[in-house]
Parts: sequence; C-alpha cells; structure tokens
Amino acid sequence: MDMEFSPEDLAFQQEVRTFIAENYPADLRGKQDEGDELSKEDFLSWHRILYKKGWVAPAWPVEYGGTGWTPTQRFIFSEETARADCIRLMPFGLAMVGPVIYTFGTPEQKARFLPRILSGEDWWCQGYSEPGAGSDLASLRTVAVPDGSDYIVNGQKTWTTMAQHADWGFFLVRTDKDAKQQEGISFLLIDMKSPGITVRPIITLGGEHEVNEVFLEDVRVPQAQRVYEENKGWTCAKFLLAHERTGIAGVAASKRGVEKVKEIARTEVDGDKPLLQNAFFKRKIAELEIDLTALEFTELRSLAGPNAGKGPGPESSLLKIKGSEIQQRLTELTLEAVGHYGAPYFRGFGDGDNEHPIGPDYAHRAAPTYFNVRKTTIYGGSNEIQRNIIAKMVLGL
Amino acid sequence: MDFTYTDTQDMIRDTLSRFLADTYDFETRQKFIASDDGRDPAIWTALAQELGMLGASFSEDHGGLGGGALENAIIMEELGKVLGIEPYLPTVVIAGGALKAVGGAQADKYIPEIIAGNMIVAFAYAEPQGRYDLANLKTSAKKDAAGYVLNGHKSVVYAAPWASHLLVTARTGGGQRDREGVSLFLIDANLPGIVRRDYPTVDGSRASEIYFENVAIPAEALLGGEGAGLPLIEQIVDEATVAVCAEATGVMQKLHEGTLEYTQQRKQFGIPIAKFQVLQHRMVDMFMEVEQARSMTIMGTLKLGLSADERKAAVSAAKNKVARGAKFVGQNAIQTHGGIGITQELAIGHYFKRATMIEGQFGSADYHIDRFEQLTLAA
Ligand SMILES: Cc1cc2nc3c(=O)[nH]c(=O)nc-3n(C[C@H](O)[C@H](O)[C@H](O)COP(=O)(O)OP(=O)(O)OC[C@H]3O[C@@H](n4cnc5c(N)ncnc54)[C@H](O)[C@@H]3O)c2cc1C
Ligand SMILES: Cc1cc2nc3c(=O)[nH]c(=O)nc-3n(C[C@H](O)[C@H](O)[C@H](O)COP(=O)(O)OP(=O)(O)OC[C@H]3O[C@@H](n4cnc5c(N)ncnc54)[C@H](O)[C@@H]3O)c2cc1C
Repeated sequence: MDMEFSPEDLAFQQEVRTFIAENYPADLRGKQDEGDELSKEDFLSWHRILYKKGWVAPAWPVEYGGTGWTPTQRFIFSEETARADCIRLMPFGLAMVGPVIYTFGTPEQKARFLPRILSGEDWWCQGYSEPGAGSDLASLRTVAVPDGSDYIVNGQKTWTTMAQHADWGFFLVRTDKDAKQQEGISFLLIDMKSPGITVRPIITLGGEHEVNEVFLEDVRVPQAQRVYEENKGWTCAKFLLAHERTGIAGVAASKRGVEKVKEIARTEVDGDKPLLQNAFFKRKIAELEIDLTALEFTELRSLAGPNAGKGPGPESSLLKIKGSEIQQRLTELTLEAVGHYGAPYFRGFGDGDNEHPIGPDYAHRAAPTYFNVRKTTIYGGSNEIQRNIIAKMVLGL
Repeated sequence: MDFTYTDTQDMIRDTLSRFLADTYDFETRQKFIASDDGRDPAIWTALAQELGMLGASFSEDHGGLGGGALENAIIMEELGKVLGIEPYLPTVVIAGGALKAVGGAQADKYIPEIIAGNMIVAFAYAEPQGRYDLANLKTSAKKDAAGYVLNGHKSVVYAAPWASHLLVTARTGGGQRDREGVSLFLIDANLPGIVRRDYPTVDGSRASEIYFENVAIPAEALLGGEGAGLPLIEQIVDEATVAVCAEATGVMQKLHEGTLEYTQQRKQFGIPIAKFQVLQHRMVDMFMEVEQARSMTIMGTLKLGLSADERKAAVSAAKNKVARGAKFVGQNAIQTHGGIGITQELAIGHYFKRATMIEGQFGSADYHIDRFEQLTLAA
C-alpha cells in the first residue's frame, strides 16, 4: 500500500498544471469562484481548448477519443482543473450519453454523435424525469409510438438541466405500455430543434435559470436514433445513472471550497479577531476538512482498489451522499461567515436587480448559492434513494 | 402556572390571522414584493387603523391595548405564517420598545404616531465590521451647539427604504468596541446628509446601506442617557430577538405543514411518499423542532423582564435552539419536496429563505451559544 504519486504521476501533474496556466482563458478566471451564472459560451470555450489538446474525455476508451490515462492520472487531472477553478464541463454529453453511445450504440450512431460530443458542437440535455416520475423514474409516461421508420413522441419532461442551450437530448420513453414498468422503456436521441418541442424555463431559488420543462407534442424521431433494443432502454438508463453519480463526489472542488471559506473567515472580523479564530467556526471548518479527507480517501480507494476499472458500482452512492452533503455544508459556512451581508439580493426582481454588489465581493452570492446547492442532495437520484441503494445492493437488506 | 392566552390575546391572534388570510395570500405577497415599492402601504394602514394591531403592545395611556412582549410574539408569529414583510419588528418591537423603556415626552410624542400607523422606523445598528457585536461602532455622533453631528455607515438596514424615521446607534465617546460611549438616537429619515442605497433582500424585504455625512440632528433625538445607551440597546435587541423567534415559529410551522401536505399528495412507487418511514421520522423530527421553537419563544418572552443576565441567557438559549431548528426544518422541507422545493414558484422555498435569514438575524446559533456559555458556565 502506498499513497505517494509515482515520478510519472508527478511529471504528469506538472504537465497538467503548466497546460492550465498557459491555456486557461484569462476572461474566465475567477468567474466560477465568484459564483457567477455561466453562459453557454463560457462552458464551450474551455471545452474547445481541452478538445484541441485531446483531453476533453479522459474517461472514454482511447478508440473513441479517450486519453488512455490511468485512474490516478484521471484523478490528478480532475484535481488540478478544480484547483485552478477551471469551469466544470457539462456532463450530459461527455459523462452520460457519450458512454451510452459507445457502449450500446450502432456504428452509425457512434460515427455520427461521438465526434460532435468531443468537439462540443452538440450540447446535450437529459430527458429522464417527469412531473410524475422523479425518484420513481420507471413510472415515466412519455410515449413513443412507431410510425413507419419513425416514432411519434408525446409527453412532458421536467428538471431538464440547460435544455435551453441543447442541440440534442437523450430521452427515456415508453414504447410498450403493457410491459412491466422497467421493461417497455426505450432510449431515444432527439434533436431539440424538432417540431413539437417546447422548452419552458423553471427559475430556482437563487434566481437562476438552470432547469426547464420540456414538452413533446407529436415529435417525429427516426427509429435509427434509438440506442440499443426497443423496450430495453432501462439497461442504458441504469448504466448511465451509475456514471452520473461518480463525478458527483466533487472532492477537488470542495477542497477549493474549503480554502475559499477559510479565506473569507480570515477576512471577516469577529470582535477584535478574524472569524477564523472563532472557536466554533474554526471547529466546523476543521470537521468539514476531516470529513472531506474521509471522502477523498474513500474515493481514492475505490479508484485504486480491487474493483478499479470495473466501472462504478453501488459504492458510488456513498460518494454521492457524502460529497453532496459536504458541498452543502460549505455553502452553509460561507453564508454564516458573511453575516449581515448574506441578505442583499442580486437577481430575480427583473429591473430591480442590483447591479453592484453590496458588501464584500465574496458575500453577494453566498445566499443564492446556499439555496441553489440544496439541489445536490436531490438530483442525480436523491440521497434517500442512494441510501436505499446501499441498503439493498451493498448491505443486502 | 398558566400557558393559556387571555381572551384579548386570542382576539388579537384571530383578528390578525383572518385579516392576513384575506389580504396576504402567497400570490398577492409575491406581487407586492416585486412592485417598485416592494410593499403595499395599504396593509400597514389597515393594521393600524382597521385592526388596531400596532397598539397591541403599548399601554392604554398611549392609546394602546395594554399588552407587551407576548402580544408582539403573537403578531410576529402570524406575520411569520404569511411571510409578512411589514415593518412591525423595527417599528413597534424595536423603536416602540426603546420608547417604552425611556418613557417621558419622547414616548408621549412618538408612540401614538406609531400606533396610528404614521411612522415607520428602521433600526440602523449593524456596521460592516461589527458582525453581531452591538458595541462595535464606527458611526459617531459628535456634540455641537445645536445637538449632534452624525457620521458613519450602517449596513443591511431592513425596511429603511420605507422608513419615516431611523433608530440609530452611534458613538458619542469611547473606542470602537467600548461598552461605554454608545448612544441611541431616533431621527427623521430624510435629514440632509443621509444617503441611502436601497436593494431587495433574499427573503423578499427591502433594505439599505445608509451613509451619514455630517447629518445635523437635534439634541432631543437622543433616547436614554448619552454614552450609556448600550444596556438599553441590548434590552431592545433581546426583545427583537425573541420576536424573531416567534416569527420563526410561524415560518417553521408552515414549512412543516406544507411538507406534511405535500408528502401525502405526492406519489412515487405507487404510494404517497409520506408512507416511507424515513420521511415519516424526518417529519416527526421537524414537528419536534417546531414545538420546541414555540416553547423556547414563550420561555424567552416570559423572561424578558428579569435581570439583564437572566434575560440575556434566556434569549440566547431561545435563539440558539430556534436557529438550529429553523435550519433543520427548512432544509428538510426542501429535501422532502424534491425538485419542486427548489423552485421560485412554490411558497415552500420562500419560507425556507426567510427561515435561513432568521438563523443569522440578531446573532447566529454560534453567537448565542457563546453568549449563553459566558453567562451560565463562567468558572
Ligand atoms: C437542479 C436539478 C437538476 C436536475 N437535472 C435533471 C436533468 O437534467 N434531467 C433529468 O432527467 N432530471 C433532472 N433532475 C431531476 C432529479 O433527478 C429529480 O429531482 C430527482 O430524481 C428527485 O425526483 P423528484 O424531484 O420528483 O422528487 P420525488 O421523487 O418526488 O421525491 C421527493 C422526496 O421523497 C423522497 N423519496 C422518494 N422516494 C423515496 C423512497 N422510496 N424512500 C425514501 N424517500 C423517498 C425523495 O428522496 C425526496 O426527498 C434535476 C433535479 C434538480 C433539482
Ligand atoms: C433498561 C430496560 C428496562 C426495561 N424495563 C422493562 C420493564 O420494566 N417492563 C417491561 O415489560 N419491559 C421493560 N423493558 C423492555 C422494553 O420495553 C423493550 O426493550 C422495548 O419495548 C424494545 O423491545 P426489544 O428490546 O425487544 O427491541 P425490538 O422490539 O426487537 O427492537 C429492536 C430495534 O428495532 C426497532 N424497531 C422495532 N420495530 C420497529 C418499527 N416498526 N419501526 C422502526 N423501528 C423498529 C426498535 O426501535 C429497536 O431499535 C426494558 C428495557 C430496558 C432496556
């Protein structure tokens, strides 16, 4: 057993650091740190830079455009990009539908979609959830009825993240109403510009436009855009969900978050001392840091342990639960640290929005971010559902 | 021992809750917080003139109903239930509390005006460097022939855009953190030299940064003794703190009720999600927090009249417990609602926002446990 990076790993780390320092766009620096809402172009400009370098999809097999890195190198890469506060790439193409397509897709689908995911030409969204099908995803009701070589799709999806930017969506639809719930579902790739699709914004508590409702009315979708067999879409769905969960631990980003909170607590004054010297506050940061270390080493064990390379199993639920809780505690501490200056609001009142921050720069997004980050224990399968998974799949209850 | 309310107190609660049910449903509230003004002034007028609510906690001599802190708590709890943004806290509880405490000509002059709804007061006490320390003041009031000259910057002053008057804490002597040398002033909000930067707050109210630039204020603006104002300020902030605990109780009750209702309607896996034991136990824990918040609010309110140290310990115990409860109930209400909980559309998220702001108002859970320890665990 050994927790040191090898000389090769250290050299790789240096290479990544240098690359970021030399290539990360200056106008994006600090943007994510400030908690600003990021534009489509913000995401894409960093995406394209990594694509050009060949580093956009470290987890993919080399034959489809992956890097061939070891799990340790992938870990180093994600650590370094988070450390430098690089904008996190949208997962829907790279981490979700991409792996489904190269695992289950036809040669035509692979040729058509994978290169455009890598290059960033297509922006993807995930059409799983419905108003009546959240945790109980298998109860979805959007239907696809064959019509010649097409399907006609009708239904409603919700919580579709960033659908407002999407060129394509991957959708779960019901193709056999009489089959048992999990059977009779198919996995469709749908052009978001197809006639019959309407995307309506949902505004969340911090004032953000991140999620949407998607209405599908007589949308015509070629059957050639179905991945895997008809009525066997659940296989793809489950495969994808496990992939979705792994990125969710967010260790590297939370490490950076801890540094940010410390910095704020060093600046804020409490009595005649910095807040960081307040015994209660200091204790909470220390506990958080220890919990984060526990999460990190659990993740490292799962990367380098005996199951490494076998793909994410139900243990990934542990990483999701603990990672999301830590992300929330970080926002709690930040809000607490800024005191009164958590109250001013900056968005959501239309013309009345505040143009200039009130109070210190680090304060103006503290409350909206706290409200927004309540999502992390809900999305990607709620933490209650993750606990059910561990109970059933790991503990055998 | 008797924890029942008097007939008058029941009447206040019923009258107010009926009025709010008619005028203050969630959609209406959302409309007026989004308006330019950020509120509907008619509500305040109605509270004063139709309902006589603003007089509930003042003596009959001043034209009130003869109540006190309990009446304030009842009213704040009802306002909490509808997410009321009416400036009852700064105007009646805080400014009214200060005037009651100093009495005399100032009380005779202003209290009837408050009761009539003619005055809205904002409490300008916090400063960027001050955190929750009431004595940490850079704002200064220098004596001159005519009265005082006020200079300084007050941060996040709730209700200031609506205020006719400001209740301001300032130094008339001493160093930045001394207990001595702190004074309290009630001044016209529109005096020359007062500069305001107004903004909405995350919980739907309005607030301002206020800058005083050589503001000339009359000598009569001083409430209480010059330089010896801190005990008075601490007393009114303690009264305000339990009033906010009462508001929190109303907010938490609605968060809990909303969650019970939602989980009984929302079906997943073919059954209402309220049937999942893990959610049931969570809702039981939320219920226990609501009940304990109510108990601690009553405890704190009833102990406001004791010695300063007993009062402070009681208020800090209440605020610490309520702050922790508000966080627990708020976070779990959102979690149990799933995705719909984090949208602007549903009321639940807005209750969560107010609960979150209450956690820090007049001192966080940590601030109050610290004060409680200092008072009760001294070696
Ligand atoms: C910000 C955000 C982005 C999202 N992005 C996407 C996206 O891009 N695409 C997409 O398809 N979906 C997306 N989702 C949807 C997300 O996957 C669902 O919100 C999630 O699965 C929960 O479903 P629900 O919101 O309907 O809550 P519900 O399923 O109604 O759950 C409500 C509560 O009940 C609990 N609960 C439910 N069942 C059980 C049980 N059996 N045992 C114990 N507790 C239970 C839940 O944990 C939760 O606390 C997003 C959600 C959010 C909040
Ligand atoms: C110190 C002590 C003194 C006692 N004195 C007396 C006495 O004087 N007279 C007397 O008659 N008995 C007495 N008892 C017994 C006591 O009432 C039982 O221990 C108690 O009812 C729990 O029963 P059990 O120990 O069989 O645990 P179990 O019923 O087997 O429970 C085991 C665990 O499962 C949980 N559990 C069980 N059912 C559910 C459910 N539906 N949902 C969720 N969780 C569940 C329990 O909460 C517990 O955590 C005493 C016990 C103790 C420890």
